[in-house]
Parts: sequence; structure tokens; C-alpha cells
Amino acid sequence: MNRMEVLLEVKELTKYFPVAKGIIFSKVIGVLKAVDAVNFSIGKNETFGLVGESGCGKTTTAKLILMLEDITSGTILFNGKDIRQLSRPDLKNYRRVVQAVFQNPYGSLSPRMRVRDIIAEPLVVNNTLSRYEVKERVAHVLEVVGLGEEKGDLYPHEFSGGQRQRIAVARALILNPSLIILDEPVSALDVSIRAQIINLLIDIQEQFGISYLLIAHDLAVVKHMSHRIGVMYLGKLVEVAESEELHKNPLHPYTRALHSAALPSHPDDQREEIILPGEVPSPLHPPSGCRFHPRCSEAEAICHAEMPVLVDVGGGHRIACHLAKVR
Amino acid sequence: MNSKTILEVKDLKTYFFTRHGVAKAVDGVSFRLKEGETLGLVGESGCGKSMTCLSIMRLVPQPAGRIVGGKIIFDGVDLLSKSEKEMRSIRGKRISMILQDPMTSLNPLFTIGEQVAEPIIIHQKIDRAKAWEKAQEMLMLVKIQSPEVRIMEYPHQMSGGMRQRIVGAMVLSCQPDLLIADEPTTSLDVTIQAQFLRLLKEIQQRSNLSMIVVTHDFGIVAKVCDRVAVMYAGRIVEYAGIRELFNHPTHPYTKALMDSIPKMEVKVDRLYSIEGQPPDLANLPAGCNFAPRCSQTMEICEKEPPRESVVGDGHKVSCWLSTPKRNE
Repeated sequence: MNRMEVLLEVKELTKYFPVAKGIIFSKVIGVLKAVDAVNFSIGKNETFGLVGESGCGKTTTAKLILMLEDITSGTILFNGKDIRQLSRPDLKNYRRVVQAVFQNPYGSLSPRMRVRDIIAEPLVVNNTLSRYEVKERVAHVLEVVGLGEEKGDLYPHEFSGGQRQRIAVARALILNPSLIILDEPVSALDVSIRAQIINLLIDIQEQFGISYLLIAHDLAVVKHMSHRIGVMYLGKLVEVAESEELHKNPLHPYTRALHSAALPSHPDDQREEIILPGEVPSPLHPPSGCRFHPRCSEAEAICHAEMPVLVDVGGGHRIACHLAKVR
Repeated sequence: MNSKTILEVKDLKTYFFTRHGVAKAVDGVSFRLKEGETLGLVGESGCGKSMTCLSIMRLVPQPAGRIVGGKIIFDGVDLLSKSEKEMRSIRGKRISMILQDPMTSLNPLFTIGEQVAEPIIIHQKIDRAKAWEKAQEMLMLVKIQSPEVRIMEYPHQMSGGMRQRIVGAMVLSCQPDLLIADEPTTSLDVTIQAQFLRLLKEIQQRSNLSMIVVTHDFGIVAKVCDRVAVMYAGRIVEYAGIRELFNHPTHPYTKALMDSIPKMEVKVDRLYSIEGQPPDLANLPAGCNFAPRCSQTMEICEKEPPRESVVGDGHKVSCWLSTPKRNE
């Protein structure tokens, strides 16, 4: 972390959704703590991976960074500036340099627009380039994502899933972003196509020095692409470490369970089998104390009572677990 | 090893007749499944793995799809010679199927109890009260907590993992001989997937169930299967025992597929990527289906489809590279 310049820093980021009951005389009956006091940072040219199961708050975190949801409390600093206090031109610039690629390339591209126009749209909205310059830029990014300029005249339905994901990447690239949020970028793709897109994303990062926030549930994909990884559970960040360190030395019981649940790459892989009992509790009524304690095999009295905080156990490896210090 | 063969598929061909021509979804697939064994059918979308399973169930979408050739011998009888009525007494009783998305296989308007008891009432011809008792036992078997309460509830009150286990209870209630699981854990979270796979294994060991697991994930294969068939564009390109396949993958497609998956244990700088797309099933290449994307294509590959050759104990590959000598 220290070796890199920080691009984006998230401090005590919190998002609560009010839950209402009734349609006409609706009243708020509770709050859903989707993201609860999360801290992490993304360095320049770095990939930060967020893993966790559905409902753990990883996509909400991404939406908060993209300013698609309002922050309940906490701050997001981009190049040291709070994004909620940006001036209008700065805000416009922020929206330009932070881009996103989503999971489903079938849903994220308008079926009625030519690929050329889909890719050019952010440019037309954000800049005052001439028609010719726009055309040049589009041709360039199409080349970068390996599609070729002539493909620009086609419609999205004429492409396969992998090619559509390339188009989505091209659209994100056109504004020369410094951060791209990748929300499950390959999980909708076939195995052989997945590798193509993963390689493409890594190449683009090396070529343009972009930072990624990678959100995925597949631990192997996250490990392959990320420099550092954060593990989320029920709105809380429970462990953050360098990718290799997290793999070799997972400390939080939930991270270890995730590791053991990841599928083996060979039938002879003997991994310690930790099968977690039960399911993720509802974020509407999160457990007291450590949110993981009902499913944790090592839980002690303190885990029921007190919420653990993220502490550094050395070398930037941070973990939120009462029992970590003992170990 | 001496256990009997429960299912034998011989040269199965399922074609789709469309306006754009004949799509050969399954094109000469053969395999054998022994009692108590698990076969993995691996491949990418559109390779015919799901269609192979639907053909075994005789549930190929009509009228476009048709089984045009081959034999499906289940417990000594050819399923393709059965009438629709006879098939109905086999489906759900002797051969059951778990689909990918548990929400679409459960009816939202009926309670869990009614749905789990339904196949029991139909196939075992016992009365409702007894069937409900049995349904409750089944829910216990798939580790649903407090089944006496859950049995009165509706699918929307369950989580994804629980729904999939309920589907499991439903399909296992009549003690089938063969269970076909089509991407059973794709919609589940990682830790829930591990729970469900372990449950399937436990039940299989207890009741000597034979399984076909359809998946695109070699990890699932490594975890639950005994034997694997790798499919590409409607054909089986490699067929081997699980350890044999992982230790000596032979077909270029199998190798490429394995190299293109990021692994937890090994660190690689760059994943291998197979260029191009799978071929159009209505317009297959003249030679080997994989030739246009293969890195080791020879002249013959583009002219003639390869024949199956045996390269090891129970290890078959359809590739010209593995064909010893052509004796013509």
C-alpha cells in the first residue's frame, strides 16, 4: 500500500436502505445495513478485488463509488478530494474518469444502437470533439479491445457474449478513465471466452495504467487478477491483504471457509474441508457482535457481544476478528 | 468395478430442424454409466451437454428438435422405443433431473409439502397423508431445519440454497436409479455450493445412485465425478476416468480449457486463451469441429472428422493427433 500512490480511498463508508412496509400508509420498519463502515483504498495502476457472497454489499459499494446511490455516512476520497464536495466541473470530471463494466453484456448495451454509437456516446456527452475526432477515438478503442474498426457498424445482437463484453470495455475506455469498476465482468461468459476477457483487461491495465475495482465471487478469478483483495461478509469488510498473502495465509474464519469452498483444480487436491453451517443471515437483522459468529466454529463469548474492528496484523494484512490476536 | 451398466448411450443424434438448416446439437454421442458412478459432461454453452440429458429424458423440445438416431439403453431397455405413457412412469421415478435454477423448477403457488409429496403420490400410489409423512422425511434427509414447519411454506420463503435442496428432496423421493443434474450449483453461492455438492455425494453413497452431472466447471468435475466426457460442438472429444483426464489431458480442446481457468494453487502470469468462437451447429466444418480454433491443426484435420482412438485405460480421444496410423 505504501509503495503506491493512492487513487481512491474509502473511509467508514456506510449505506443503509430504509425498509418500508405498506403501500399507501407506508412506514419505515427497519434499516438494511448494506454497507457498514467499510475502509479500503485503491492505488494507482492497482487492482483491488472484492469478494463475498450475494448480499454482502460488494455491488452497493461499487454503486456508491459510481455515485449511483447516495452515501449514508463516511467519505470517498478520490485523489485526496471528497467526492461529495466536488465542484461542478470537478464532479463532471470524476464521472468521466470513473467508469464501469457490468456482468451482463446482454443487458448493458442498447439493442437499437450501432456499436459505434454505443461506444461514442460517453464521448459525445462529455466532450466537445469534432465528428472526425470522435470517429478516430472509436476506431482506436475498437482496435484496443481487439474488435477492429469495421465491427462498429454492427448492432449488439450480431456479437457473441465475449465480443459484447469487449464492446462494454471499449465504452468504458473511451474517456481515458483512471478507475474502472468491474462488477462480475466474466461470470456470464463461457470458460474459454473468460480467459480472453481476463487477459484483455490485464493488458489494458498495463498499457494505460488504469486502476480496477474488481467485484467477483469466484476466488480464483479474483486472485488471478488482483494485487490486493478485500473479503466482505454482510456489509462488513472482514479481511484485507495482498493477493498472495491472503491465499497463503487466510486468517479470518470466513475467508478460510471461502477458500475451502472454492473448487479444486485437480481431483487429488486435498483441501481442509470447512462446510459452513446454515446460510448468510438477513442483513435486516444482522447478528449481534461479529456478524459471522452464528456460522463460525471458533466463536467465543466476546464474538456475540462485541463487533470486531479491522486491525493490521503486519504487512498491510488487516483482519476483523477477535480471535486473530490470540492466534 | 464389476458393477453393472445402468445407462448406455450409443451414437445418439439429436438434430434441430430450423429455417436456417439442420443444427446438429448432439451428433453421435456414446458413453456408458455404471451403477453408483458419477459421469461429468463438461463443455461450453451450446456444446450439446444439456441436449444429451434432455434426450435421455426424452424431453427434447418439439417439434424443432428430434432424436434422429442412436440408442439410449437404460437398465437393459432402449428408452427410444418407449411410448410417451411409458416414459412418464420412468421420469421422476427411475430417472430424475435437477435443473440449474431452483426457482423455476418449483411452483410458487404450491406449498413445499404438496410439491415434494406429488411425485410420491403419483409414482408410489400411496395416500396423501402417508406421502406427506414421507415428504417430511425427505426434507430431513436433505437437511432442511424444522421440516414440519417448512413443509407448510411456499418457495419464496426459502433461500436459494434451501430451494435447491428441496428440489433435491423432490427428485430423490422416489429413489431413482439415475439422477441427472444440469448445472445444479451455478445459481448458488460458493459456500452454499460446497454444502450442496457434499449433500449430493452423501446421498449417492447411501443409495448407490448413478449420476450425470452437467457442468462447465472442471472444479465441480474434480470434486464429484468418477468419469468425464468433454463435449465440443455436439460431440464427445475426450472421455476418461477422472484422474486420468486431469493427469493426462490429451485432446487440444481439453488441454486449452484446463489452461484457461485461473487456479488457486498455481500462479500463472497469463491465462491461455482459445481464440475464436465455437462453430455454428448448423454449419459445422468439414473436418474436426475444433480445427478452426486448434493450435496444432494438420492438413487432415480440416478434411475429415477424426475417429475415436484409445490412448489409455478407458481413455478415448477423438483427435487426429492421437490416431496412431491410418491404415487405409
